Amino acid sequence: MAAFVILILIAASFSEVFFTQRNLSNLFRQIVTNGLISLGMLTVILTGGIDLSVGSIVALSAILSSGLQRQVPLPLAILVALVAGGAVGAVNGILVARFKLAPFIVTLATLGAVRGAVYVYSETPQTPTDPAFRSILGGFVGPVPVAAVIMLICFPLVWMFLNRMAAGRAIVAIGGNQEAVRLAGINVGQHIILAYVISGLFSAIAGILLAARLGIAQPSVGAGYELDAIAACVIGGAVLGGGGGGAIGTFGGVFTLGLIDNLLNMFNVQTYYQQIFKGLIILFAVLARRKE
Amino acid sequence: MSEQEYLLMRGISKSYDGTQALRGVTFSARLGEVHAIVGENGAGKSTLIKVLSGAVRHDAGEILIDGKPVSLDSPLHAHQAGIRAVYQEFSLVPHLTVTENILLGQMPQGRVRGWVDWAAAHRRAQAILDELGFTGIDVRTPVSRLSVSHQQMVEIAKAVAERPRILILDEPSAVLSQEELKRLFALMQQLKSASTLILYISHRLNEVFEVADRITVLKDGELVGTVRPQDTDEGQLIKMMVGRTLGEFYPRREAKLGEEILAVRGLSREGVFTDISFSLARGEILGLFGLVGSGRTQVARSIFGAEPADAGEILLEGRPVWVRSPREAVQLGIALLTEDRKRDGLVLSCSIRDNVSLTTLPQVTHWGFLNRRQMDARVQRQIQELAIRPPQMQRLVRQLSGGNQQKVALAKWLLTQAKVLILDEPTRGVDVATKVDIYRIMSGLADRGVGILLISSELPEILGMSDRVLVMREGRLVGEFTRAQASEESLLACAAGLLQENRTPTRDEG
Repeated sequence: MAAFVILILIAASFSEVFFTQRNLSNLFRQIVTNGLISLGMLTVILTGGIDLSVGSIVALSAILSSGLQRQVPLPLAILVALVAGGAVGAVNGILVARFKLAPFIVTLATLGAVRGAVYVYSETPQTPTDPAFRSILGGFVGPVPVAAVIMLICFPLVWMFLNRMAAGRAIVAIGGNQEAVRLAGINVGQHIILAYVISGLFSAIAGILLAARLGIAQPSVGAGYELDAIAACVIGGAVLGGGGGGAIGTFGGVFTLGLIDNLLNMFNVQTYYQQIFKGLIILFAVLARRKE
Repeated sequence: MSEQEYLLMRGISKSYDGTQALRGVTFSARLGEVHAIVGENGAGKSTLIKVLSGAVRHDAGEILIDGKPVSLDSPLHAHQAGIRAVYQEFSLVPHLTVTENILLGQMPQGRVRGWVDWAAAHRRAQAILDELGFTGIDVRTPVSRLSVSHQQMVEIAKAVAERPRILILDEPSAVLSQEELKRLFALMQQLKSASTLILYISHRLNEVFEVADRITVLKDGELVGTVRPQDTDEGQLIKMMVGRTLGEFYPRREAKLGEEILAVRGLSREGVFTDISFSLARGEILGLFGLVGSGRTQVARSIFGAEPADAGEILLEGRPVWVRSPREAVQLGIALLTEDRKRDGLVLSCSIRDNVSLTTLPQVTHWGFLNRRQMDARVQRQIQELAIRPPQMQRLVRQLSGGNQQKVALAKWLLTQAKVLILDEPTRGVDVATKVDIYRIMSGLADRGVGILLISSELPEILGMSDRVLVMREGRLVGEFTRAQASEESLLACAAGLLQENRTPTRDEG
């Protein structure tokens, strides 16, 4: 977190653009997608799993919520997109919990299958037809993007879920020692499925908001998003394999990654150098935390 | 045998984040002796041997071997100085074979460099095991498929194979059967006469008296003294370890048996145990004794629904119940304290609060939300009643001592108000003071009408606590003893199959 503060100071001192309203609201728009996906990813990582299918779910929900607007009313299109995301999560969860398959393999399979399904539905980009879609979900409340408001509400909700609800505590415990939780009389399978459904839902929300912001849904959107989400969780203190991590840390991870992107853009650093820099930051964050 | 001290650790101190684990301990031992180190959990035994084996660095003090100062900064340095340690936690690679584990880093090479000569490797590993008298282990099997006691033997073989001058054995007996323990003791005698120094750490004082030439007692990170077994007795040693007399070790109580609470009839699980029938009354402590591998733990897990049985029935308060999962068992009022708290009893990465409340989350949940005040009050009460140290519920269980971890595991079951409590090795690897605490809690529960099934391989514990004792061998119940009939000899003979079947009919079999 110290590195995080230093980053802000550097940004502020070197650039006059950073603290402009326009840039800050841009920054928030950029981190919305990763923020929402990371919340779901965190929940799954806490159970000791991983969800690689999030990027494909983003595409699925983006293209469904946009494409269906021609046939059905907007709320229904959005609902279908959310249910589709939750359903993919449920499939992931059932395969992991009931069939005892490795989460990495299961979600690698759904990553491919769902991406394929998206192209089957539409090879070409879908444009949302209902103007309310863009103006409400892609709009602003004062200077703050609506999507950012939604994300900022979701973080405390997930924190509440993980820290103050029975199901959340069970999920955290499962990642620490699954067998001990089972022997404590808790239905482990149910909670694992719940975690993947939550991940699917958050990815779906991210996809819908992304389509609303961009005003177009490409079938290729979301590829590689799982890696940003995993990175955010890990920077925020999550332990792959379970046994550590939380919503506050993950928010820090998401914000740090977004900030780095934002700063490097401002200083006109080339994309490829940005990637190198981001990779180093991830290693640095993890190393710094191991010292503690 | 040289009478001169071979190993001298002088003024060793070590602290971990503020807690002083060792305070200026000076300790010496000679070649050709078995030197036992005893003390409660947290007394500093583990730290002392970790310093000696290079696993941790001491803050102050010096170590001399054969009169020469040595620096043991890493396990490698310790190896080079002829020191090998067998820890409680195994350092075996699970999916590699026994051979590879024993010869790790020194596999014989074939004619082509870089290729392993497997035939020679297996022969050599087999020879090492044979020489030590460890039979019944196939060197070609992966270690993960061996029983825990066989893994322990492989671990010991691996250490001994390097012919160390100083061999450290940390609680080696915890997972060994009586028969295997005898073999280990014989091996220790052999190594002793080959002028090896053996440091033997154990909680079991009777073992210490059996094998040790000298006994060093640690308490709170300080050296209390070194004694010879013939100059002392168990009571005196316990007094040195805890700094006070413990009063009654096993609380005396008048068992007031109520009506039958649990009955098991013809319980079987293919290839694991067969035709297990017994009954348990309210307020009764029923001991279940057997050697490692006799199927005791599996019977307990079946009653608890963790590994449901294939045949037979379970009656709870006279009603047949069908326990298909631990969840159903908990709802029915059955609790199981598992034998290995780290493997399946605790979530080490979570707090005391999370662990203690884990079994009773539904009871403090309203609309999915936890009632924290209610939950914390319940956890706090358990912390006080069981004297869990430190008494802070947000403390991670990983940071607690073994005894306190065990209390946390027990506390979570006490909260469920179970009618039937199954305790599988409840005092394994805990210090004497915690042991006494646990025995006191058990008596209190029995007095309140809880039926307790006590599984243990410690005979004094079975004899001291049980109202009645069942004995298992090779998956079958082979004996039943009243408190008056049971003795160490009779139980052991029965468990080892040296006695004729001695099964008096249980009450429900009329």
